[in-house]
Amino acid sequence: MTAPVLDVRGLRKFFEIWRGFPRRVVGTVRAVDDVSFTILEGETLGLVGESGCGKTTTARCILRAMAPSGGEILFRTAAGGVVDLAPLSRKALRPLRPQIQMIFQDPFGSLNPRMTIFDNVAEPLLVNGMRARRARLERVAALLELTGLRPESMHRFPHAFSGGQRQRIGIARALATEPRLVVADEPVSALDVSVRAQVLNLLLELRRRLGLTMLFVAHDLSVVKHICDRVAVMYVGQLVEQAPAAALFARPRHPYTAALIRAVPIPDPRAPSGDVALAGEVANPAHPPSGCYFHPRCPFVVERCRAEAPALRQVDGHAVRCHRAEELSLAGAGQGIAS
Amino acid sequence: MEPVLSVRDLRVHFVLDEGLVRAVDGVSFDVAPGQVVGIVGESGCGKSVTMKAILQIVEPPGRVVGGRMLFRGDGAEAVDLARLDPRGAAMRAIRGAEIALIPQEPMAAFSPVHTVGDQVVEALRLHQRKWRPTGPALSSADARQMTVELFRDVGISMPGERVDAYAWQLSGGLRQRAMIAMALSCRPRLLIADEPTTAIDVTTQAQVLNLLRELQRRRGTAIVFITHDLGVIAQMAHHVVVMYLGRVMEQGPVDDIFHSPKHPYTRALLRSIPSLLAPAQSPLPTIAGSIPHPLGRPPGCAFHPRCPELIAGVCDRQAPALKVVEGEQSAACFLYHRDEAEP
Repeated sequence: MTAPVLDVRGLRKFFEIWRGFPRRVVGTVRAVDDVSFTILEGETLGLVGESGCGKTTTARCILRAMAPSGGEILFRTAAGGVVDLAPLSRKALRPLRPQIQMIFQDPFGSLNPRMTIFDNVAEPLLVNGMRARRARLERVAALLELTGLRPESMHRFPHAFSGGQRQRIGIARALATEPRLVVADEPVSALDVSVRAQVLNLLLELRRRLGLTMLFVAHDLSVVKHICDRVAVMYVGQLVEQAPAAALFARPRHPYTAALIRAVPIPDPRAPSGDVALAGEVANPAHPPSGCYFHPRCPFVVERCRAEAPALRQVDGHAVRCHRAEELSLAGAGQGIAS
Repeated sequence: MEPVLSVRDLRVHFVLDEGLVRAVDGVSFDVAPGQVVGIVGESGCGKSVTMKAILQIVEPPGRVVGGRMLFRGDGAEAVDLARLDPRGAAMRAIRGAEIALIPQEPMAAFSPVHTVGDQVVEALRLHQRKWRPTGPALSSADARQMTVELFRDVGISMPGERVDAYAWQLSGGLRQRAMIAMALSCRPRLLIADEPTTAIDVTTQAQVLNLLRELQRRRGTAIVFITHDLGVIAQMAHHVVVMYLGRVMEQGPVDDIFHSPKHPYTRALLRSIPSLLAPAQSPLPTIAGSIPHPLGRPPGCAFHPRCPELIAGVCDRQAPALKVVEGEQSAACFLYHRDEAEP
């Protein structure tokens, strides 16, 4: 059994809403509310949900781009020790930063247009003490080769590259410091269909060759299913289901997961169109509904769901936040409508 | 049946300092009454510029430089939209009333300083002579009542209150519904939906697509549906037009396009999308290279540098014409009409 690289326990991030004069707190947005998961060595965990569900906030807390309001982020360092990232100061985080790197969504915004590809990719090396230019040149050449780019092009500027190539550069930069954990926030959603497949293949290949451990944040379920070992589904700041990818897509246990799967348009005109769309809209995280946050939209709602908030519990290898997880029989990908 | 819209050899060029961009380069397709035509393609393929050309809202330095766009209104003679003055009375009577648009970003399309209801009322009163040729002028109160009905029709809850809301007070899904209500307000013959669900979440997208399908069935409006999402196209369109770098690569009935694609580009595109039903974690078949820069369009067939079935000496020299391959399906590829290539 491999040890977890990341163990997130009860992560919380609240944002206060300030209004009026004098300014005072009138409410709290519970952007991330009691989220727990682990990522094992060499594993890819998919974090999915709709906009506003807190998936990006979760990723940013793990990167410590923001300070969480509560909970623990236990990270196993390269040296083998376990550190809680949540309470660390900027200074204490400094030596750990190279071990957690990020791949960004927008390949046009994430590279400095005034720096060459070499400077962009070598920046993390320079910051982390690789002073010799020759060493950096060699390392960048190797990284570009690894991500399928020609090392000769490293002295050109980002504008000379297409979206897919820029995303490869972004991946090369994320891998420069040989991170223990890579956080990828929607890494292919800004790319065209014909280029997306190339970048997905690259990520799969890098995983195999380097044994990358990855947190893959995305909203596109077909991409998540393709690349992830396990999937965690978020709704209004909470984790509603977590399971191995195959099990989650074959037999979802939470009605929201099932609805998400069914809402994906299948690229086949003969496939039944998702006629049973989920009613209503995502709840407001500043004023979440009583009981289960999903109950106003849930087709299987009972009295208990309105009154009592379900806890996350284990059902058949899935972690599920639903009172009725055992009794419901929900359809997965490519199956008919739930009975 | 006569098509509502026949686009023939449409050309839209952008004259830039760096050179000439042929954003739309000889595009032809028909939209039959009550039919949903899906235009699908990646960025830079010219799908949005085609939409703008039909509505005559191409921004300078872009200009429609050639081709015809024959539009048939209700029982009227066909008009060639390309010949109308974009700012003239004739075009303004068509735009919004006969051909309506559902834009991608309803937040950007609605004015933030007027209520959504007022904006629908404005459209109704402006175009009232189109859908009710006689009778006294439509009063504000009546127009407002009609707007409430329209909002109810597109599934907006509490329509009486929502008409007085500003666009920024509505959620993404409601905003897009209000936009659909506005587009349908003047009972257009043709609706153009430009990536109407790209900016919204999957569960809301499913709702909006269901709504569009249902309204289409009920009213029989013809729709030109523009998207890059092959899943959405498969679920929405009757007829599909596949575009690449300003040209039509292939077109045909939706089932043929997805189950027996003819053009190597369509085939490669369909193979490269990860599907919920496909085996996980296996490498996806890819299309080599990337989309060329619009100023560096390859000679011959625009797809030839990336094409796995390239015929050397043919595809890189001449551009293939769109020809019927089988039944109603046509493709622009020398694989199917090699004999027409000049030696």
